[in-house]
Amino acid sequence: MTDEPLVLGIETSCDETGVGIVRGHTLLADAIATSVDQHARFGGVVPEVASRAHLEAMIPTVQRALDTAGVTLGDIDAIAVTAGPGLSGALLVGVAAAKAYALAAGKPIYGVNHLSAHIAVDTLENGPIPEPALGLLVSGGHSSLLLVEDLAGRVEQLGATIDDAAGEAYDKVARLLGMPFPGGPPIDRAAKDGDPHAIEFPRGLTGHRDMEKHRYDFSFSGLKTAVARWIEAREKAGEPVPVNDVAASFQEAVCDVLTRKALDAAKEHGIETLLLGGGVAANSRLRAMSVERFEKAGMRVRVPRPGLCTDNGAMVAALGSHLVAAGVAPSDLGIPADSALPVELVSMVEHDVRVTR
Amino acid sequence: MFVLAVDTATPATSAAVAHVDETGVEIRATERVVDARRHGEELAPLIASALATAGITPGDLSAIVAGVGPGPFTGLRVGLVTAAAMGHALAVPTYGVCSLDAIGTLTTGRVLAATDARRREVYWAVYDNGERVDGPAVDKPAALAVDDVTSAVGDGAMLYAEVLGLPVAPEPRYPDLAAMVAVAAGRIRAGAPTEQLTPLYLRRPDAVPPPGVVVAS
Repeated sequence: MTDEPLVLGIETSCDETGVGIVRGHTLLADAIATSVDQHARFGGVVPEVASRAHLEAMIPTVQRALDTAGVTLGDIDAIAVTAGPGLSGALLVGVAAAKAYALAAGKPIYGVNHLSAHIAVDTLENGPIPEPALGLLVSGGHSSLLLVEDLAGRVEQLGATIDDAAGEAYDKVARLLGMPFPGGPPIDRAAKDGDPHAIEFPRGLTGHRDMEKHRYDFSFSGLKTAVARWIEAREKAGEPVPVNDVAASFQEAVCDVLTRKALDAAKEHGIETLLLGGGVAANSRLRAMSVERFEKAGMRVRVPRPGLCTDNGAMVAALGSHLVAAGVAPSDLGIPADSALPVELVSMVEHDVRVTR
Repeated sequence: MFVLAVDTATPATSAAVAHVDETGVEIRATERVVDARRHGEELAPLIASALATAGITPGDLSAIVAGVGPGPFTGLRVGLVTAAAMGHALAVPTYGVCSLDAIGTLTTGRVLAATDARRREVYWAVYDNGERVDGPAVDKPAALAVDDVTSAVGDGAMLYAEVLGLPVAPEPRYPDLAAMVAVAAGRIRAGAPTEQLTPLYLRRPDAVPPPGVVVAS
């Protein structure tokens, strides 16, 4: 036996029903059910469709995680759940389930922040996180730069997207190029055969004036529009659209801005470690460019394997385990699912800290 | 044996502990908060409170009964996932009951039970001396063919009393958990197999595929 906490984590903030089990920093189970195929024909995640799928998948996914880990609910020390941010109806299924498991099994519950969980998941592969660290979280719903002073409670958002998330831009550009949803993987594949410098697409919020007000913020809406205009112009001129070059040039623009701003933030705050997380962190160009630019500056990049970058329950369990080990007080059974949970709230100790909805 | 009952199909979040034996159903504790936007916050504390009032622990429960709607989706799912997860954790069976039955089975004569479906519609069913003879369904109140019905009950009926043109009884306004457990009592006593708690949504998600979307083959 070990005295490291055994934690079950539940994640339902978007279209993945994830249940993970960790002991300390050791991953024991990472069960996932996804409704992504049900959203494909809509070109994006439909909240009600996702919520219905979470309800259907919840119990079987918990059971699968318990079976894989070879433990019972009675063995678990604490239950962690994503309390936000995310789709409110989807979050609520996971939060209600976590409360029910906690209540029935007599276990403490931790309502945790989805963004901090994306940071915490790296502990499962690479051990404790050096603090301070810089987190770059990029997914279909988020694009944020986080200053992680203490993963158990002091996380500050340095910047975030002011319009579309990077992953959302991938989905929209993929649609323009006749590729399926989600757009990240097909664009990444096409880009490998394209010239990233073929088209000079705009780098959002990098101009001199933008850098004063939005130094660490991102904007990908203009980039998506620029790609649409460029394709339109080609089609109007009766010329073929070089799909691979468009994909590569678009991807280069996204990754350039993300890594450039992350490097700037790391230097400004004297941080030596970048943690990449979120679904877009599975992107090969973002991983390669981050490593190249940070190592050149004498800094480290830590990236979990692609399967742990996308939403999953293991990341929630990893953060829960960290909170238990740090002696953070659990949440109570009255916590809400908070679709706009601020980054600064790593876990919900008092459920009435914010008036929600 | 002790049974937990929950319902979140209406603005009321309700939890009760009942004792069920061969002769009847006796409510030992019942809790209710009416707030259409707080099912997620309220339900678990209400269950904890009902268990405490009844003087039992979750491990003393032999079954869980849940109202499967129809009801507004987000709140409805809170009750169902809570019941299903507690049943899973405790390894006890879960039984679903149409939430309208927890209103209509308490009535006599030919009665319309209706709850608020939002969007100016009601979830409804018709009962003849407590037995459901039509529904559940969702419709605009003015479109209901209720000629042979003599009275109505439920918060949806109260909301649209004028349109319905029927006398509306004040209670039960929301699903009554004693009635709900009574509906499931046969299954509870027989130790019937556990049921998957499938919500009665009655409406499809509102989402229309946009043009130009490519679906991977």
